[in-house]
Amino acid sequence: MSKDNLILQAKGLEKSYKMGATRVEVLKGVNLDVQKGEFVAIIGASGSGKSTLLHILGALDRPDKGTVCFEGRDLNRMFAGTKIRTWISWTLMFGLLSKILRTGAKELHGDINEFRNKMVGFVFQFYHLLDELNVLENTTLPAMASRSIFGWFGARKWANSRAEELLNQFALGERIKHKPYQLSGGERQRVAIARALMNEPRLLLADEPTGNLDSATGSGILDVLEKLNEAGQTIVMVTHDDRIARRAGRVITLADGRING
Amino acid sequence: MYKLILAMRYLLKRRITYFAVLAVALCVFIVVIVMTVMTGLVRDFKQKNHDFAGDCIVGSESLVGFAYYEDFVKELEQNQFIEGVSEVIKSYALLSPQGRDVSRGVEIIGIDPVRHSRATGFGRTLYYRKNNVEKAFAPSYDPNLLGCVLGIDLALDRHADSGYSYYDSPVRLGLAITCFPLTARGALAGAATAPVNTKTFYYSDHSHSGLARVDDSVVYLPFDQAQALCGMAGATKRINAIHVKFKGGVELQAGCDRIRRLWQEFKADKSGESQAYLLDTVTVQSWKVYRRTLIAAMEKEQTMMGVMFGFVGIVTVFIVLVVFYMLISHKSKDIGVLRSIGASKVDIIELFAGFAFMVGGLGALVGVLGGWQFLLKINKIEDWLFENFGYQVWDRTMFAIGDIPNEVSPKVLAAIVVAAIAACLIGALVPSWQAIRLKPTETLQVNQL
Ligand SMILES: Nc1ncnc2c1ncn2[C@@H]1O[C@H](COP(=O)(O)OP(=O)(O)OP(=O)(O)O)[C@@H](O)[C@H]1O
Ligand SMILES: [Mg+2]
Repeated sequence: MSKDNLILQAKGLEKSYKMGATRVEVLKGVNLDVQKGEFVAIIGASGSGKSTLLHILGALDRPDKGTVCFEGRDLNRMFAGTKIRTWISWTLMFGLLSKILRTGAKELHGDINEFRNKMVGFVFQFYHLLDELNVLENTTLPAMASRSIFGWFGARKWANSRAEELLNQFALGERIKHKPYQLSGGERQRVAIARALMNEPRLLLADEPTGNLDSATGSGILDVLEKLNEAGQTIVMVTHDDRIARRAGRVITLADGRING
Repeated sequence: MYKLILAMRYLLKRRITYFAVLAVALCVFIVVIVMTVMTGLVRDFKQKNHDFAGDCIVGSESLVGFAYYEDFVKELEQNQFIEGVSEVIKSYALLSPQGRDVSRGVEIIGIDPVRHSRATGFGRTLYYRKNNVEKAFAPSYDPNLLGCVLGIDLALDRHADSGYSYYDSPVRLGLAITCFPLTARGALAGAATAPVNTKTFYYSDHSHSGLARVDDSVVYLPFDQAQALCGMAGATKRINAIHVKFKGGVELQAGCDRIRRLWQEFKADKSGESQAYLLDTVTVQSWKVYRRTLIAAMEKEQTMMGVMFGFVGIVTVFIVLVVFYMLISHKSKDIGVLRSIGASKVDIIELFAGFAFMVGGLGALVGVLGGWQFLLKINKIEDWLFENFGYQVWDRTMFAIGDIPNEVSPKVLAAIVVAAIAACLIGALVPSWQAIRLKPTETLQVNQL
């Protein structure tokens, strides 16, 4: 495959956690390329660092060493840019100068929050829906997050219809006014997937999306993911279950802090 | 947008936030009431003192008084910024009702009622002659008799519930006033012959200044009579004080400074006179300084109240802080989720600041409305308490206040509301600051365990 098709390129990722006096080295130099349109499954034993890797790929966390490039843009630089922007916000608060400086920093480095908002969608094992919001609101949350109140009034119609479309697609059309606690696990996970897809991300990252579900329900979720992949969605999924992993296009194994095969 | 929605939902769905709102409301309620009553009392008290004294007092503490005042009064009256000038005799005397062998000590104040009413609020404190001040010393039962105006507590009985019992006209009552005339050197004037002067005056009216000390110990006498009684009416006449009122718009301090300069010049002019030494005892004071011992005590009380309720405010900050701490640690997962979909740290702070603003605003609103309603009924409530349980917040037989002041000042209310909201923002700051310091992956992991 050509290099233009590369959506994600991780090089030499290292990550360790301090546990009291000792350091746990979780990732010891992970290299990973993901092509556009791929469905990649990462498997590995519990504690092997799958979630850690996924978080780093989705810019939820930073590696100690190594780089992640997303469509050729270095995430480390984006983190640095956001740090500058946040610092400007604290020191200058509001005002024109603050705005100019923040815009400048964004142009220069990009913004990690915008990246999380637009480029990737996360699906977590434990759904992580907000209890206070109903299904529709949970789904439109990413669209709300990037908009001011006025921006939201302009975009609300579009966002609601997109969310309803997604929810209908996942057979949740009847439940848009329900609260998360009124839904089953499988339903909640489908809401979480709808939320992750809300802003049409280039990359969908799923951390054991079926880990908390019985096999039939889990299989249903996988059907959803497969269908999305067929429609062109790039997906990286973490699991520790071989059978589930087999349904992905490519399976990579994380063991001893490295990727084998 | 989600910040607003989420902040609202947190407010409505989390029972613990009701406690925060309630705490804020309660605190605001108390502060509104106490501040209103306290500032009202202090303002009333100051006003009464101001009415009693006029704007500026040129006077001597010495009972001997000072001479040559006529020239200075003339000079003052030529000044455009002065509204009224009143010469005053102040001394002590014995008062005994005619035909009875009892006497008590009183303060006497000798005035021209019309001039004194122009310089102070004296005229407004009268009862029968309120609209007829020039007749203040003419008893209605016999205008030819020498009248005197008594402090209201010397004239009438006060009841705890209904105030004073007034009569349609003053009862005929003669009062013997005995004074100790002093020479310009401060010796008893008639020591060899008759050391005291006694004269009988008839109760013509009473004065209700609202100042307890004044109302139960002052007797106003006609100026000339008082001057003679005190031995100040000789060849070189003396008085104890000149009360001055400024025209509207004259700033108190500036006016007093001008009078002080005039007095210095006047004193220099008179330095060659035989009784010039008396002028050295004279000071020029604004009414605030003149009555400072009384006002300062009251203001001190107000300050102490302010400090005490400052502490109440700190407690509120603490309650809000605890509530927010609990709420945010419950909601750390939400913060992780929001961060994972692209909410920035600033967004998270704004979310909780908005929430704090709502808690503070709602609490303040409830507290202000509650306090306001309570204040509107505070006198009814006190009456009811008195009727049913004999309880008064201020025992009216001791305290010279009428109704409890309940006039809410929009400025005070605004300040309290702003302070309440600020307290909530401060209380929310620490926990939300901690929340954004957590990495999103950590907050998401906590719930996975
Ligand atoms: N914030 C953290 N602090 C300390 N140690 C951590 C932290 N996050 C992860 N670890 C450790 O890193 C290792 C890898 O964790 P990770 O969650 O990536 O594993 P995993 O492969 O996803 O496991 P599982 O299949 O159970 O989800 C574990 O040993 C874990 O204890
Ligand atoms: Mg995991």
